[in-house]
Amino acid sequence: MTVSHTSSEEHSRQAELELVGHSGSAAPFIRRLAAQTKMEASMTLKRGESLLLTLGIPIVLLVFFAEVHILPASTKKPIDFLSPGILALAVMSTSMVSLGIATGFERSYNVLKRLGTTPLGRPALIASKITAVLLVEIVQTVILILVSLALGWKPNGNAGEAVIIIILGTASFSGIGLFLAGTLKAEVNLAVANGLYLLLLLMGNMIIPVSKFPSWMATLARALPAAALSTGLFHSLSHSSPVPAWAWLVLIAWTIAAPVAAAISWRWE
Amino acid sequence: MTETETQAPISNPKRVIDNNPIVSCKDVVIAYGSTRAVDGLSFDAFAGRVLAILGPNGAGKTSTVEALEGYRIPSHGNIRVLGHDPAKNSKTLSARIGVMLQEGGIHPMMSPIEATHLFTKYYSDSISPDDIIQLTGLEHVAKRPYKRLSGGEKQRLSLGLALTGRPEVVFLDEPTAGVDPQGRLGIREIITRLREQGACIILTTHELPEAERLADEVLILNKGKNIMQGSMHELLSLGSKGANTIRLRTTLPLDTTLLAQAVGLDLSEVAEELPGNYLIKATGTPERIVAITTFLATMNIAIDSLTSGMVSLEEIYLSLIGGEANDG
Repeated sequence: MTVSHTSSEEHSRQAELELVGHSGSAAPFIRRLAAQTKMEASMTLKRGESLLLTLGIPIVLLVFFAEVHILPASTKKPIDFLSPGILALAVMSTSMVSLGIATGFERSYNVLKRLGTTPLGRPALIASKITAVLLVEIVQTVILILVSLALGWKPNGNAGEAVIIIILGTASFSGIGLFLAGTLKAEVNLAVANGLYLLLLLMGNMIIPVSKFPSWMATLARALPAAALSTGLFHSLSHSSPVPAWAWLVLIAWTIAAPVAAAISWRWE
Repeated sequence: MTETETQAPISNPKRVIDNNPIVSCKDVVIAYGSTRAVDGLSFDAFAGRVLAILGPNGAGKTSTVEALEGYRIPSHGNIRVLGHDPAKNSKTLSARIGVMLQEGGIHPMMSPIEATHLFTKYYSDSISPDDIIQLTGLEHVAKRPYKRLSGGEKQRLSLGLALTGRPEVVFLDEPTAGVDPQGRLGIREIITRLREQGACIILTTHELPEAERLADEVLILNKGKNIMQGSMHELLSLGSKGANTIRLRTTLPLDTTLLAQAVGLDLSEVAEELPGNYLIKATGTPERIVAITTFLATMNIAIDSLTSGMVSLEEIYLSLIGGEANDG
């Protein structure tokens, strides 16, 4: 009896549901941002391939090359060079590859087009994506630092400076990822982002020191954001010497240029 | 020629009909390079009415609706939605319109309950997530990822999300495409409720029997131009001369063999256009109408509409568009 009574009441309530409002308005920006950020982070955690890219590969590379000394080293202990480099790799994985590929597929699935018809708005959408990237990076950084410490890493530097460098790197790589997602088809973007990931892994002073490259290749590598990010983190976390001016300049230039290119190329569909 | 019509009654007292257009297009041109997808289009749409935009592929339906939604900027002409220019005031309008895309639009990993919770956070006044789930009949799949929903369930979720912010104008792109008969009933019921509560509904569809069933007014486009606009009744009346058919719509699908037997006709004279939509090629004599209603009474199936002596929207559409109606 209770069930049928409740069901009848529910039916009646549904029948009276107001489907049409008058002069509706958007929710406050913070509410939209918080909800979208929660969703973005949740979707990232649900993507197995994304977790593999953002956490699995960096941890495997860190442990493997710290224990198997086959790469040319620029420090006494390989871990002292590898830890900042792998941190830079993690930032690049999340902010460029994972964000860019996910955004490209969201466009091909019409997710962005649908969001464009709601009051969410472009600023809240982009801010939520960047916030979700930063949240994932916090988790990555904590895990990678713990693994590095277990492997014998002894950081000795300026943590505040490292955080600023990570933020600049995140902005640069997010801009690149969103630019690719905005200009290429989802499948092409997937291939290009993964290719770029491999190229920057090799040329980004992350596992192979740029100092071992021929001079023309070293010059090219230093103009890219990957080497600037890893070099900046290496110096800020090792106290060996100040972060080189070229690293700051390159990072700042990419921090401005890449997001601007992404904003210009942005398409909802 | 006799004309008989039984239409399901509309009883909701909230129904609002206002003679001021809610959506207005005047001399709109949308061009892609040198090609004019929409060429000097003008029409109005009103509160409490359903406008169906029909036309073959490339007729300009999508470009027109996307311009109304604020996606496309016309190269010429004037568009107003709720008094605003959608290209310049999309921020204001987005909280007052609802858009149902033809396909996709939801993250493949996201469940209906997650999607509804997220969308309700975009609006200051929204329908609750539970109400959207119940309204669209998705309780049994509320936690299932979008990619594992059936075509009909995806369409219903898409419709539900379009309604989250209690929109005054609703754009529906192929709302019943790929939906089973039961799901169609639910979608029709929601559209009817929206209309009764005063929403202005603009839908594009290739399923002409569905448009005939749902729309109050029809706009037929071809090559970007308006070739016919009017109320559904006016349009159907135009084509009624010389027709020798009975059209039957029921709330549930019928067995056409049994229906043919009941009215004393050959099976080839009874066609199922869609589940629940039947075309009987015979004059609607009183005896035949009685035979049909008696048959339905025995089957305990309700009549949605029974019409004699009028041609269908599809026949009128084909006569207007001619051989170019390759998809509709």
